Amino acid sequence: MLIKPSVDIPSSEITNHSAWLNRRQFLGASAVMMLANSSASGLDAGQPLKFRGAAGSAVAGAYTDEILTPFADVKRYNNFYEFGTGKGDPARYAGEMSIDPWSLRVEGEVAKPGVLHLEDIQAGFDLEERIYRLRCVEAWSMVVPWIGYPLANLLQRFQPNSRARYVQFQTLHDHRQMRGQRSFTSSIDWPYVEGLRIDEAMHPLTLLAVGVYGEVLPHQNGAPIRLVVPWKYGFKSIKSIVSIRLTGKRPKTTWESLAPQEYGFYANVNPGVDHPRWSQKTERRLPSSFFEPNRIPTQLFNGYGEQVAHLYQGMDLRRYY
Amino acid sequence: MKLHPSVKPLLFCFCLTPLAVLVWGIAGQRLGPDPAEQIMHVTGEWAGRLLLATLLITPLRRRKGWGQLLQLRRMLGLFTFFYACCHLAMFAHFFLGWDARRVLEELLERPYITAGFLAWLIMLPLALTSTNAMQRRLRANWGRLHRGIYLVALLFILHITWIARSDYGEVLVYAVPVLVLLGWRLRQRFSPR
Repeated sequence: MLIKPSVDIPSSEITNHSAWLNRRQFLGASAVMMLANSSASGLDAGQPLKFRGAAGSAVAGAYTDEILTPFADVKRYNNFYEFGTGKGDPARYAGEMSIDPWSLRVEGEVAKPGVLHLEDIQAGFDLEERIYRLRCVEAWSMVVPWIGYPLANLLQRFQPNSRARYVQFQTLHDHRQMRGQRSFTSSIDWPYVEGLRIDEAMHPLTLLAVGVYGEVLPHQNGAPIRLVVPWKYGFKSIKSIVSIRLTGKRPKTTWESLAPQEYGFYANVNPGVDHPRWSQKTERRLPSSFFEPNRIPTQLFNGYGEQVAHLYQGMDLRRYY
Repeated sequence: MKLHPSVKPLLFCFCLTPLAVLVWGIAGQRLGPDPAEQIMHVTGEWAGRLLLATLLITPLRRRKGWGQLLQLRRMLGLFTFFYACCHLAMFAHFFLGWDARRVLEELLERPYITAGFLAWLIMLPLALTSTNAMQRRLRANWGRLHRGIYLVALLFILHITWIARSDYGEVLVYAVPVLVLLGWRLRQRFSPR
């Protein structure tokens, strides 16, 4: 059967110009109201979140009873080069970034590409706590109670197709809000890009965090939404994400592009694969002090081997570092 | 012409200030959650700054009436070595846990550590031969030996360049003056006059 569109529209049905203009104004006005609404429902750093505790989680590895790194230290000791390369720079300057409004695009090899706004990011998914070890490639580590949801939960909503083999993440690129991106002496090609293989992305331990210590993330910790992959070095856990793109090709990540002999795509925590800057055999568990440096041995996959080692079966971890 | 008698003691106190601030910070636990990083940075930074000051003496004292600056060079050089020693000791404390077996591994696997250690090693005989007596005993060889400081300066630049991860701002702050100071010496040596 052929369906022919009717072209016989009576002129009385056609909207006159002034009414059409009114409609525009109405839409504009309602858009403004929606914006106002969204800023009212989005939460800024420090506001409390409702979540399920980590201790009762059914996910293996979601909880550890190790001593937590104090919140004050989690907030003041950060690597977030968008705000400077000093450890205190992010805490000092991340307030220059606004997280409201915020949009996170999910696109690429998905059936339903779309955009999440701040309120969807913070309240669109069930929040749960995860207490993870965080191991930085610089050989220090923390234990942090994150609040968020598995990346898999978010990805499923956008329905990845069968061509989606990798996930590429991107941080906000705005030199007006991020002074590190204005540095003339930086060799980083902004924006910051990270990536995961799809099976890594879908792993139940891979978290999108929107909070920490029961509160909305402080800006310097990657507000409003950041990745946390506890078995990989910290630089994989990209902050302040604005884009998640599913692709068929392995993304070229920022550190890999800068120094491929130092930073691999996988970047799994591995005391057996040494780094030309820092020995990876041990780590300083923070807080560390002069008299008690608190050096502990580093574990393969940061101690999450039981949960993730199968992802890398048959791979030479010295080659795919 | 002689320096004012207060100049040397003042410079001595000035050179000790960064150390005092660090010790004060350690004693009061005011260095944050990872004191290793800050202690390494401050000791390394001051070794570098004092090295620059030491290298600046010769060009400055060529100016009319500035000749007496030479009297400060030994103190600046020795404080350079002193902060380099602190830097090395703190590396052994925080990163090696005073485990001698790991020294070789670090020296072989991490080029910036090799460069830094070599710089310290070259400075060692310079510090030991810094006395008036040694200067007299070595005569012309003393000058030749102490030209090693130029090599130290180059190794220092190599060391900080290899440490830099993505931002070369701080490297330039040291590299440009070092190259200017060494360049000035090359010009002096090869200029027709």
